[in-house]
Amino acid sequence: MATQIEPATQTDEDAFRAEVQQFLADNFPAELKGQSNALAGVDGPTNETPAQTKWREAVGARGWGTPTWPKEYGGGGLTKAQAKIIDQEFAKAGAYNPIGGMGVMMFGPTLLEYGNEAQKQEHIPPICRGEIRWCQGYSEPNAGSDLANLQTFAEDKGDHYLVNGQKTWTSGGQWADKCFAIVRTDKSDKHKGISFMLIDMDTPGVEVRPITMISGTSPFCETFFTDVKVPKENLVGEEGQGWTIGKRLLQHERTNISGGGSLARLMGQSLGDIAKKYQPTGADGELADAVLRDKIADFEIRWNSFLLTARRAMEESKAAGGVSEISSVLKKLGTKLSQERSELLIEIRGLQGLGWEGDGFSDGELGAVRAWLFGKATTIYGGSTEIQNNIIAKRVLGMLDHQ
Amino acid sequence: MAVLNEEQEMLRDMAREWTVNESPVTEFRKVRASGEPEAFNRDAYATMAQMGWAGVIIPEEHGGSDFGFLSAGLVVEELGKTLTASPLVMNTVAASAIVLGGSDEQKARWLPRLASGEAIATLAVDEGPSHDPAKIETSVSDGKLSGTKAFVHEAHGADLFVVAAKDGLYLVEKGDGVALTTRKLTDQRSHADVTFDGAAAEKLANGGDNLLDDVLDRARVLTAAEMLGMAQQVFDDTLDYLKQRVQFNQVLASFQALQHRMADLFADLAQMRSAVEAGLQAVDAGFGVARAATIAKAEANRVMHTMANEGIQLHGGIGMTDEYDVGFYLKRARVLEQSFGSSSWLKDRFSKLSGY
Repeated sequence: MATQIEPATQTDEDAFRAEVQQFLADNFPAELKGQSNALAGVDGPTNETPAQTKWREAVGARGWGTPTWPKEYGGGGLTKAQAKIIDQEFAKAGAYNPIGGMGVMMFGPTLLEYGNEAQKQEHIPPICRGEIRWCQGYSEPNAGSDLANLQTFAEDKGDHYLVNGQKTWTSGGQWADKCFAIVRTDKSDKHKGISFMLIDMDTPGVEVRPITMISGTSPFCETFFTDVKVPKENLVGEEGQGWTIGKRLLQHERTNISGGGSLARLMGQSLGDIAKKYQPTGADGELADAVLRDKIADFEIRWNSFLLTARRAMEESKAAGGVSEISSVLKKLGTKLSQERSELLIEIRGLQGLGWEGDGFSDGELGAVRAWLFGKATTIYGGSTEIQNNIIAKRVLGMLDHQ
Repeated sequence: MAVLNEEQEMLRDMAREWTVNESPVTEFRKVRASGEPEAFNRDAYATMAQMGWAGVIIPEEHGGSDFGFLSAGLVVEELGKTLTASPLVMNTVAASAIVLGGSDEQKARWLPRLASGEAIATLAVDEGPSHDPAKIETSVSDGKLSGTKAFVHEAHGADLFVVAAKDGLYLVEKGDGVALTTRKLTDQRSHADVTFDGAAAEKLANGGDNLLDDVLDRARVLTAAEMLGMAQQVFDDTLDYLKQRVQFNQVLASFQALQHRMADLFADLAQMRSAVEAGLQAVDAGFGVARAATIAKAEANRVMHTMANEGIQLHGGIGMTDEYDVGFYLKRARVLEQSFGSSSWLKDRFSKLSGY
């Protein structure tokens, strides 16, 4: 590992850019160029190569994977402008950010806002170093869209809680080290009886069973809690504050699901270009099927204006500070458009676009089929489209509660 | 809303204050009632020009403020909200043709007068009811232009026409060889078929081969900005109505079936705003204009179309009455949708620009 240098917070942009470039030259293993962050994914366990470990540790030591988080908890302590420079220089070098996952996207920002000093000292630095995986204990068999109906109960036992119940759709639960969960501490009040607590996944009584999805993968789990002891110091905020904290975390989740967090990833290849490989074209290079051509253009125009909307929302939320209320709009639009894109890809490829396995299909074709199927979940999880519509109507438009 | 600078915020606030106080929809009703084919209030336009709105995209050396298209769009959006009838959009587009393609002499002669409101210009391109700049028969020989232009917006008030001929854009003044036939459309604004019969014409020779496309893209983004203001107003009026109309002993805003429709419209409006602002910004940046303008107008068409229809439906029977404003927005919306590119035309252009 390179010599530790204090990250400069006041240096001018050019000097900082040079510092990032030097850091990349010293630390980024060439063999990782073009790879993505395996740790951030929820679709498989991490078996880091030595090069991947070296890269994660180098970025983690600087706090540059979480550049704007406070330095005293292991973040970079940098400005947004400097964070942008890191993004730009990493992208130029073909380097991924090795620090990711739910800890970075959702839990960390929420704990920084609501956690006490001891909790921040304990949990934030390992997130900044990419050392532990967090999972989300929210949904239950009878608490999906009606999340506040959750029944998992944490009984007060003096110095600890005794937790019993079942969570479901626990993303990456089988690989997670810890779980941030909302549980019931008071049965007399639906919303005010909910508390936010942190549970070690290796505590006796925690059992995880992966669920096989229609896409053939098992990214989600059922998680059972049987007499699980949770120390009192793992309560975040006050007892009964869990619904407020939990909803705040969901704003971060929505922003990430919609793609607001990573636009470049969503740009993808033009459907028109893909279609030209599968469909006949005229002498002028135009798709011969005028109806399909119109459908593709119709989609791509709306996709472009979604990307512009996500960019606008980011600029506005930067100006205002924090995640914006428009996160519900982005989640609703982005997920629907991604599904539409998958469906159009099938229409473009015909049956060649519905392959399940075998040498007759390219990796890209097979991947698109699994993505099409898995993508059906995106309008259901993270607050279904219908729930987003409720949020927009009530909180943004000020329409009255229908209940 | 795009992040604005101080000048732009002032301009928008001024436009908002003026339209709300001096040019509410009741002023459009007066214009309609007057039955004058030019269909705008000359005094109101003079005031707008005095406030600098006619010169927003005109260089300072020619009497404008050179604030650019995003700024012009902010004003036009506010005018759209109250359906203010004026030749401002067409005058701005025609002026942009002179800015882009005029000689020094043509600029010096026309731009100061267009910026001050002393003269009004418009754009005459299409020769049939559907936008199709590839089909132009109008021709010029020995400086005399002949041809017929269909449904020219703001033709009645225009002193100057920027006319598309086979070999480029020309300036033609009203007068000898220029005859108007009024075409009354559903929006009650100024439209006319304009016949040029050997009218004296001066070429805009400096804009290059893409001058017509460049000018039409400016027409598209400004028209889209007007539609954005209209869509925003229909949305706001509809939301207000749902919050006060009571049926089954509860306000309509409490019904989930209606809440989700409003949420859909709100998301659509967000998309429309992003696309329109990006189109205006692209013109100012001079980069990716054709693509951005196509997206802007296509999204404006799509969202305005739905918004006008839903506005009527959600208002119920009262939305069908002339007494309520929402019907005016529907009628103006369709005219603008068909101008400078229908949705199918724009999708064809987007495909071509994207190489498929």
